Amino acid sequence: MQFEYEIEGGNFSRAGYASSEVKKKLRQLNVDLKIIKRVVVALYEAEVNVVAHAWSGIMRVDIDRGRISLEIDDEGPGIPDIDKAMEEGFSTASPEVREMGFGAGMGLPNIKKNVDKLNITSEVGKGTKVVMVTYL
Amino acid sequence: MKKPDFHHALKIDKDVCIGCTHCMNICPTEAIRVRNGKAVLIDNRCVDCGFCYRVCPVNAIIVEQDDFNRIFEYKVRVALVPAVLTGQFPENISLKQVHSELLALGFTHIHEVEQGVELLYEEMMRYMEEKVGTRPLISAFCPAIVRLIQVKFPALVENLIHLKPPLDISALGVREQLVEEGYDINDIGIFYITPCAAKIAAVKSPVGQQDSPITGVINMNFIFNKAYTRIRQEKGDSCIVPEMRKLTPRSLVWSLTGGESVHAPGRSLAIDEIHNVINFLEQLENEDLKDIDFLELRACDESCAGGVLTTANRFFTVERLRKLAEQPDNDVSDTGNAISAGSGKPALPGRHDDFLKKRIAVSPIEPRSMLKLDDDMSEAMRKLKRVEEITKCLPDVDCAACGSPNCQAFAEDIVQGYAKINQCVFVQRIFESRGILSCEESLRIMKEVWGDGKLDKNC
Repeated sequence: MQFEYEIEGGNFSRAGYASSEVKKKLRQLNVDLKIIKRVVVALYEAEVNVVAHAWSGIMRVDIDRGRISLEIDDEGPGIPDIDKAMEEGFSTASPEVREMGFGAGMGLPNIKKNVDKLNITSEVGKGTKVVMVTYL
Repeated sequence: MKKPDFHHALKIDKDVCIGCTHCMNICPTEAIRVRNGKAVLIDNRCVDCGFCYRVCPVNAIIVEQDDFNRIFEYKVRVALVPAVLTGQFPENISLKQVHSELLALGFTHIHEVEQGVELLYEEMMRYMEEKVGTRPLISAFCPAIVRLIQVKFPALVENLIHLKPPLDISALGVREQLVEEGYDINDIGIFYITPCAAKIAAVKSPVGQQDSPITGVINMNFIFNKAYTRIRQEKGDSCIVPEMRKLTPRSLVWSLTGGESVHAPGRSLAIDEIHNVINFLEQLENEDLKDIDFLELRACDESCAGGVLTTANRFFTVERLRKLAEQPDNDVSDTGNAISAGSGKPALPGRHDDFLKKRIAVSPIEPRSMLKLDDDMSEAMRKLKRVEEITKCLPDVDCAACGSPNCQAFAEDIVQGYAKINQCVFVQRIFESRGILSCEESLRIMKEVWGDGKLDKNC
């Protein structure tokens, strides 16, 4: 089954809404608690990345008995060097965003740690697509 | 070993309930529905926070306590009193006077719940060091919070500090002491004077413990009314109160907001009021907040001072206890602060530390998620799809006229077979306009939810 949520760039007061909704669905589906915990942490991180860096995004969730597939597709500046962005501590966040407690780096590595498969594709000036898969 | 999942201290008196939805709307775990014009409690969702009791306009919610006369079945009748009991009384009434009233009511010994705090504090510090990989650790002090986490935040169960609350520690210690003094264990009755419903539930069906060391529970408002009436009628101060041992300042305010968190090492937060707690835990689950070390979470606003069975204004209670905690030692004789029963031997903490330390841990607390639609994932998926479909037909008004607290809960109730879609007044109008439901049939359906009285009015 599939769900879709919109993510608004720059609106931190709504950051986490989509992740919370997905969390609720996973709980209703009786997905293992430890899996939910990890998936939600990864998803939240990815959601906040869209809020912090992009203009808008869409979160698509696809769940079947075997796996949870999460896709976050944003329209934004894109990531010029994905390998570099995957390094711990690397951050492109502006000082204002950092002041709010976000953008301390660690985003992408933390996502990788919490899902089974992570695939990031990006086009500078257009946007980024993050696909995460966790097996049940 | 499957005991009934929950003993609830909260009961709905069907003869008194007017089916008004106040309780259903405030319930933080969506544990109440209206059927046949009466509120109905869903057992495995209720966490005994008592918010329904607070808002009920007709006192139809009862907090079930033990019959007070049960104390007389025991030769040794211990009143286990929390510090907030003292805070119920105006400042001109001394602790000694309060305790004297308890003795006059028939108790033979008085012990304070917070006697167990220093030992717990020590063990908590040790626990936090041992569990350095688990953060944040969440205090298990408030039984409504423990249950809330079990049903609504099951993934956080492992973050709960698996140690007994001061109440259980004190009760164990007092019992041990009395046995040591030569009393027959069967003659000892330990009665806890509770400021809230959740603690009653915790005594009657403990989480992470086989049995509670507490014999019975008496509601604080009952004791307050009895004692205060006697004081006002100047019948008081008739009993000789034995010499008392002073509680540490830390112990005195342990049950207040911030009472635990100020002592926790590292970064700690204190959050009170259950809806605030829920909002916070939602966020905690999303973000990986490993940099918070300790969370003190309490179901009531102003923690135990705001317990549903308290009488005094909670802010005055807090003020009084904080003042007491600041009082220098030499005032003890005047205020009679804290007490240890009988012989004048040192009470807890101290002598029984080793005995208590061996018993302070609780067995693993189990998650009991109330959110899953089905144990089987395929079935849960089928149900979730139906919930989504039904939600699209509902108005999103959350009027509760269907007997469920909001449209989302109603959709889930339908899928689980607890409700029918034509209970929705909006859906009824749609069906009526299409000619597939008659007005009479709608009325009959509404009577099933709300009873005859509300729909037989001569308007």
